[in-house]
Amino acid sequence: MPQTTDKTTGENTDRTAGRPTGRPTGAPAASARHTLTAAGLSLGYDGARIVDDLSLAIEPGAITVIVGANASGKSTLLRGLARLLPPQAGTVTLDGRDIAGLPSRQVATIVGLLPQQPIAPEGIGVADLVGRGRYPHQGWFRHWSSTDDAIVAEAMAATQTLELASRRMEELSGGQRQRVWIAMALAQNPDILLLDEPTTFLDVTHQVEVLDLLHELNHDQGTTVVMVLHDLNLAARYADRLVVMRQGTIIAEGAPAEVLTEAVVLDAFGLTARIVPDPVCGSPMVVPIGRFHGTA
Amino acid sequence: MSATVTSATGRPAADAAPLALARTLRHRRERRIVLVLATLVLVVAAVSLMVGAYNLSVPDLLRALVGQGSSSENFIVFKLRLPRLTLAILVGVAFAVSGALFQTVLRNPLASPDIIGVTGGASAAAVFGMLVLGLGSVATSFMAFAGAMVVAAAIYLLAWRGGVVGYRFVLIGVGVAFMVQGLLGYLLSRADLRNAEDALTWLVGSVSGARWPEIAVLAGFLAVLLPAIGVLAGRMRMLQLGDDTASSLGVRAERSRLALLVAAVALAALATAFVGPLAFIAFVSAPIARRLVGTGSLALVPAALIGVLITTVADFTAQHLLPGSLELPAGIITGAIGAPYLLWLLATQNRIGKGA
Repeated sequence: MPQTTDKTTGENTDRTAGRPTGRPTGAPAASARHTLTAAGLSLGYDGARIVDDLSLAIEPGAITVIVGANASGKSTLLRGLARLLPPQAGTVTLDGRDIAGLPSRQVATIVGLLPQQPIAPEGIGVADLVGRGRYPHQGWFRHWSSTDDAIVAEAMAATQTLELASRRMEELSGGQRQRVWIAMALAQNPDILLLDEPTTFLDVTHQVEVLDLLHELNHDQGTTVVMVLHDLNLAARYADRLVVMRQGTIIAEGAPAEVLTEAVVLDAFGLTARIVPDPVCGSPMVVPIGRFHGTA
Repeated sequence: MSATVTSATGRPAADAAPLALARTLRHRRERRIVLVLATLVLVVAAVSLMVGAYNLSVPDLLRALVGQGSSSENFIVFKLRLPRLTLAILVGVAFAVSGALFQTVLRNPLASPDIIGVTGGASAAAVFGMLVLGLGSVATSFMAFAGAMVVAAAIYLLAWRGGVVGYRFVLIGVGVAFMVQGLLGYLLSRADLRNAEDALTWLVGSVSGARWPEIAVLAGFLAVLLPAIGVLAGRMRMLQLGDDTASSLGVRAERSRLALLVAAVALAALATAFVGPLAFIAFVSAPIARRLVGTGSLALVPAALIGVLITTVADFTAQHLLPGSLELPAGIITGAIGAPYLLWLLATQNRIGKGA
């Protein structure tokens, strides 16, 4: 993984210099690498436990992809990490401090989450929507500044949505809409960006487009990306670290090449499969074996 | 996109001009609609002050307003027509903003105090006060206010499952509305005829009988509530994006929603306490305003103006435009406007719970 090495070295200062500030007070640019850690974390709804005694340290500056079967607790874990769901037990810490005790706006300047199905108010324009990502950076009497404009414009340029600025969300295609939502998340300017299945409802072209965009964001700006993906092969290709979940716990974690084995796929998904190298980039590729094919 | 300037990252610095343009267009549209609505309100207000059993001309009215009118003109304007108009304007604002808050915060066009039983609770309490306790008009107003608060709190608690979801709130609210309706029926059927008639008049809602001291009280409450809502508007704009997005943008969703709902219930309760449950103003104003503005904006000011327009026009119609000599309460007219809108909404909305 050549990306991992260059990420942990040189680019730290580069990314903060390139951003038109917007950094909250108390978080100087030099310490922009924030750490997000779950320790003994249990999450659930109404007594039902969905994530059970889970510990995970998100690697700063890397792309972490969480995979697992339906109802294995991926989205719930993401919501817990983003503080949308209070822990039933255990803690989530941001830079060593319990996230539950931090002011929500301060958290929002560091950690952003793009939910699986965000809601766009009827008739909202693209520029308006992306601009709302600036909320945590604005004071009590929100004055929209030229800095806000610059950051929003940059977020929209990075997602190629600037030319859609005057359009309404309803008029856009699914792929365009997803890019706008990502632009909003970028306008929030978080160091750690969590995304819940950002490629669902997109065709394969747009899936790759969105993942490329996230890769670029991670690579160019050093943003830590944590996302839930369904497609194992895309997950293996784009992830620096892969987290495999089953029934609310992590059963394997590490570089995709080490983690994604036939045994793990069987364990996590109950699927017999062959693992072959991806012909494009050598990452592990899962080839499922159904009941009617294969020699076994 | 201009690629001439480069930022420190080496990527082209993005050109913010499209943003400025989009913003200008968005604001211009809302401003224009506010201007048109405000003009209409002024016209309706002027006509309401001039027309009646004794018609005033424009110069007559202006003379009276600056304090130069004859004593009879003064009496007509300041004792008869202006209080009624002012009360109509204030309750129009209160109902409309209340409905806008409910619909936005619960993200459901059916979430409106008149649909989910909040104003119904006010009515039941007021009628109970009138018929069973034999209270006067001031005490009745207090009963109405308390009734709305109690019903809203009950709905909130019943809908609470570690948080409040719009559709559950609405469904429980509709159920509660039926219950208070049943209670009302029971109270009315047991009362003697003359008292029941008073209660019925109150139940339709009317701005007649407005007096300055009451108006001052209502205005005082609004002067506190409306700025508070203004402060919360930024949070409300984030809540429009759904709880998860709002939370990840640093808004405490549940707490903000509760604060906004309290303000919304207070507005509806106040307005109902003063004029009775004027039907459907809360329900229709914000959707009409948002359809006019059409930018995903909260459109609180346009909604308030629409509320004022509906209330004043309804009251004017009830007083002067109906055949025969009978003067109807304004609530009949607003109901006649609102009910078809409800049917239309139910027939065409395939995404209830999504937009708002």
